[in-house]
Amino acid sequence: MRHVIIADVEDHPGVLNRIASLFRKRAYNIESLAVGHSHRPGISRMTIVVAEDHKEAIQVTKQLDKLIEVVSVTDVTEQRHVSREMALAKIAAPEMKRTEILQLANVYRAQVVDVSPGSIILEITGDEDKIDSFVEIIRPYGILELSRTGEVAMVRGRAMPTPTMVAEEGPAA
Amino acid sequence: MKRTGAEIILDSLVAHGVHTVFGYPGGACLPLYDALYHYQDRINHILVRHEQGAAFAADGYARASGDVGVCIATSGPGVTNLVTGIAGAHMDSVPVVALTGQVPRNLLGTDGFQETDATGVMLPITKHNWLVMNAEELPRVMEEAFYIANTGRKGPVQVDVPKDVYLEEVEFDDFPPPNIPGYNPDEGMQPDPTLVRAAAEVIHGSEKPIILAGHGIHYSNAYDELLAFAEKANIPVITTLHGVSSFPESHELSFGMVGMHGNLYANWAVDRADLLISLGMRFDDRVTGRLEDFATEARIIHVDIDPAEIGKNVTTDVGIVADLKPTIRALIDEIDQLDHSPWVKQICQWREEHPSLAIRETDIVLPQWVIRQIYHITNGEAVVVTDVGQAQMWAAQHFWYDRRNTFFSSGGLGAMGYAFPAAIGVKYARPNEQVWSIIGDGGFQMTLQDLAVVKEHNVDIKIAIINNNHLGMIRQWQTLFYDSRFISARLENPDFVKLAEAYGLTGLRATSKKEVLKVLKEAAKIPGPVVLDLVVDEVEKVYPMVPAGSSLAETIEGDEVEEARYA
Repeated sequence: MRHVIIADVEDHPGVLNRIASLFRKRAYNIESLAVGHSHRPGISRMTIVVAEDHKEAIQVTKQLDKLIEVVSVTDVTEQRHVSREMALAKIAAPEMKRTEILQLANVYRAQVVDVSPGSIILEITGDEDKIDSFVEIIRPYGILELSRTGEVAMVRGRAMPTPTMVAEEGPAA
Repeated sequence: MKRTGAEIILDSLVAHGVHTVFGYPGGACLPLYDALYHYQDRINHILVRHEQGAAFAADGYARASGDVGVCIATSGPGVTNLVTGIAGAHMDSVPVVALTGQVPRNLLGTDGFQETDATGVMLPITKHNWLVMNAEELPRVMEEAFYIANTGRKGPVQVDVPKDVYLEEVEFDDFPPPNIPGYNPDEGMQPDPTLVRAAAEVIHGSEKPIILAGHGIHYSNAYDELLAFAEKANIPVITTLHGVSSFPESHELSFGMVGMHGNLYANWAVDRADLLISLGMRFDDRVTGRLEDFATEARIIHVDIDPAEIGKNVTTDVGIVADLKPTIRALIDEIDQLDHSPWVKQICQWREEHPSLAIRETDIVLPQWVIRQIYHITNGEAVVVTDVGQAQMWAAQHFWYDRRNTFFSSGGLGAMGYAFPAAIGVKYARPNEQVWSIIGDGGFQMTLQDLAVVKEHNVDIKIAIINNNHLGMIRQWQTLFYDSRFISARLENPDFVKLAEAYGLTGLRATSKKEVLKVLKEAAKIPGPVVLDLVVDEVEKVYPMVPAGSSLAETIEGDEVEEARYA
């Protein structure tokens, strides 16, 4: 099944490489990986979605935790959490089809972010299901390009426990 | 005060009590060597003849001393030559700091001369590594390097430094204490008392318990605790390959080694146990045999310092993430004086019926017999270093290890060529002990260039080549599993005695049992390195054996060919 893992990592060059190397070395199936700055300076947050059973997911979490630059790891699958993904889809939109597409976009609360002769770009945010469903609905019109961010996730309610030690320095050169 | 990057690195070595390093210079690390020129009174640099030897020697040094081993190599080919040794240290959790030179910063990523993505190459085989882009980072990085290498589950680290960073002068006062938010190895040291009580309860409910002792006993220095625990609980002790020499093998509760070439009775005991108390080991496939059929009757208590090892290969009933020493102490306090004499007797009976370590009476020079003679001639006091294959297994089986931490081997990686350079490292760590490198004729030829090193520094180690003119384990497998289609198993060997003499060393050959005894005695008396060409039987196999893919219950004691030969 799918497991959603949140990892806070030191914002060093090469961290992504270490994590990718771990996944490759141990042959874990990775569905998506999203990374960006967190609320703490010098710490990036990764949301990693893996297609593994429970036992393997525990191993993934433990192996990630062993990486020196990984500050904390939590498998949030069983916790109440929200997750969102964003997608940009460039869709073939000849004038005669444009209204139809925009109506569908409206149903999914997708935003129009670009209109060009013959195509439009839609931006949609939601959980994975919503985006999958939107992509299927829009596919018959002709998807010219699709770019998805991968899931980012956050546990509802209380803040996730954070380690007592915090990096004093900012990101390394 | 102003210090160069190279000086900061060497100051760090001195601060960490490193007095011997193994290395090989090259363009990118010449500034480090130039600085070393002024540290020769404090740091002894051993010039190996191939960087792989430097990594192996640092590994041997670390295992034998309990300190961190240090090796040095240049960029490009220097680093790639280190790879096998560092991969071995990684597999066996050995604390090694690899200092590697890199092309100057302005050439990074340009495919410069002798440039390799050294941190990229080393990334999957180190516990951690750094590319240091300015000398100001070096005090922190060096401190973290030693800290990470030698704490928690130990392992090798690499500090990759561009040539111009060695030369860069920066203001330097002191080494800062390590502050790594994602690495807190101390928090797992003490065992959770609830889990210790749970473990004690499981132990009290067991009738057929076995202690499986692994490499962790050495690292945790938990020898006294293991002995006291086994005696108080009256539980048989069986070791992994790396657990060899963690428990006195002459003890009545010792039943030797488990696994692919473990004793039959030890394998049966593990197979039929109702409880395995696994201390600092990781259920490697060479230990478990076919995993689905491993110890199916047994509950499992697993103590390890690495949380990722708990539940990785086998399902655990009680998993304790902690240092072994305090954990075993806590267990001793928690358990009653126990008596498992019927179970111990049962295993003793198996041993009587199937004495795995008996050696046949014959005039043929059997390798097992040779190992036993080394044991006798050294009064069992030798420190033994092996690499991988038949000689490794015979050395583990037929030398009886009563002394702590006296057996070193390339276990996880199984690297040929380990035994000789590693023995050099072991000798530097323990100069007052007799160090014997027990090595096959194949393995020896992988790293024999370091004969020049033992000559140059008169490193008093005995290199016992168990020479069967074959890659013996290859021959054994081709015999058993490939219908005796021998390919690339036979070795056309050089004259090892002449080879030793070419390096200015003493070489001794023996081709009969009488000669073996003679040359072993002679070698033991020579106060310096000796190469022993001990010509042994070519077809002898290592037994007992768990054929690949079989379970421990299916351990075989021999084969028909073997039986016919001695009938």
